[in-house]
Amino acid sequence: MNLREYPVTPGVFLGIGVMAAVDEIIFHQLLAWHHFYDQATPTIGLLSDGLLHALELLLLVGGFFLLLEQRRLKLANSTAAWGGFFVGAGGFQLFDGLINHKVLRLHQIRYNVDVLPYDIAWNTGASILVLIGIWILLKLKRKRRGY
Amino acid sequence: MATEGVIAILLCAIPMLLYLAGAMRQQRRGKRWSWWRSGSFCFGMLLVLYAIFPSHAAHGAHGFTAHMNQHLLIGMLAPTFLVMAAPVSLLLRSLPQAQAKICVRLLHTRILRIWCHPMTAFGLNFGGMFILYLTPLYRLSLEQPVLHHFIHLHFLLAGYLFAWSLVGPDPAPVRLRMHSRLAILLLAMASHGVFSKQLYIHTFPRDTPHSIDDIRTAAQRMYYGGDFAEVLLAILLFNQYYRRAPRRPAHSPNTPALAD
Repeated sequence: MNLREYPVTPGVFLGIGVMAAVDEIIFHQLLAWHHFYDQATPTIGLLSDGLLHALELLLLVGGFFLLLEQRRLKLANSTAAWGGFFVGAGGFQLFDGLINHKVLRLHQIRYNVDVLPYDIAWNTGASILVLIGIWILLKLKRKRRGY
Repeated sequence: MATEGVIAILLCAIPMLLYLAGAMRQQRRGKRWSWWRSGSFCFGMLLVLYAIFPSHAAHGAHGFTAHMNQHLLIGMLAPTFLVMAAPVSLLLRSLPQAQAKICVRLLHTRILRIWCHPMTAFGLNFGGMFILYLTPLYRLSLEQPVLHHFIHLHFLLAGYLFAWSLVGPDPAPVRLRMHSRLAILLLAMASHGVFSKQLYIHTFPRDTPHSIDDIRTAAQRMYYGGDFAEVLLAILLFNQYYRRAPRRPAHSPNTPALAD
């Protein structure tokens, strides 16, 4: 079976895209806690950041079209899509919180404050989203099996 | 100033009138020509007109930001709308058969195949940007209006080639598979983002009368504006795919496997 025909796929795509957009709009633009470019960023980080951003936009557009296509093929399942959405959104946030912030050290959540509580809140929030997604998908699986 | 304004209007009005005349002739002959296409062409030309109109093109305190607005309109947004108007198809339909055949043969020549490849178009766009902003070329263009106009023309044509090769409804000398086109679009989006951040960080172009603030505003404009234009391209690309995809799942017994 093709990956495009799994009813969770568009949800995962959209979840990643939406969470990345939310990060950009709320933290970069509205709160201006971290930026576009934070002086300490190494070149390789900048490149990976650029690719990630481009990928996020394509996932957002592609996710919507995939949802349309699945609907036309009568493969769409909104519960599965929502489950995928939460897994995607939480997964992206967790990736951002652990890999981008801590491993690559692209940027931190906020500067001139003790960043630890922010990191804990960020990654806990991300984990909760992933767990909600998994819970939705498990419930769907159980319902399908009939118990 | 006044003559420049008239020239700008004529430059945009003539192609627009030619296109509309062609479209009307199709309608009169009883062949369909979508109004969306005509509207798209006019909108594209109006964007060009807005960008090159002398009062917007003047270099003031926000000279580089003004230049960047022009660059985004001429090099990215306008070409997309012009491409979606399918001017090549209209031309082929409007010409007498003999001339149309010559045009089709021209489209399949090797030189045009290389020239209209999405990677070539990508190279012309980004190579052009590297040379313009990282060398003294930009400063020279401030002193030489002819050079400035030539640069705009280059970006209009390069942007047109890029959009044509990726999402054009017109017949194109090279049409890559969906996955390759997506990969090239991804590359273009990432390059645009990284390049605009480089301008922001290192305040390129150097040795210009523009202030650092002006250059940084322009770099941000390039980042977000570029995203907007490229998301538009992505929507058009996915839409093309969506319209052509089969209407039944691949595993249904009486359809062949999904294309791509």
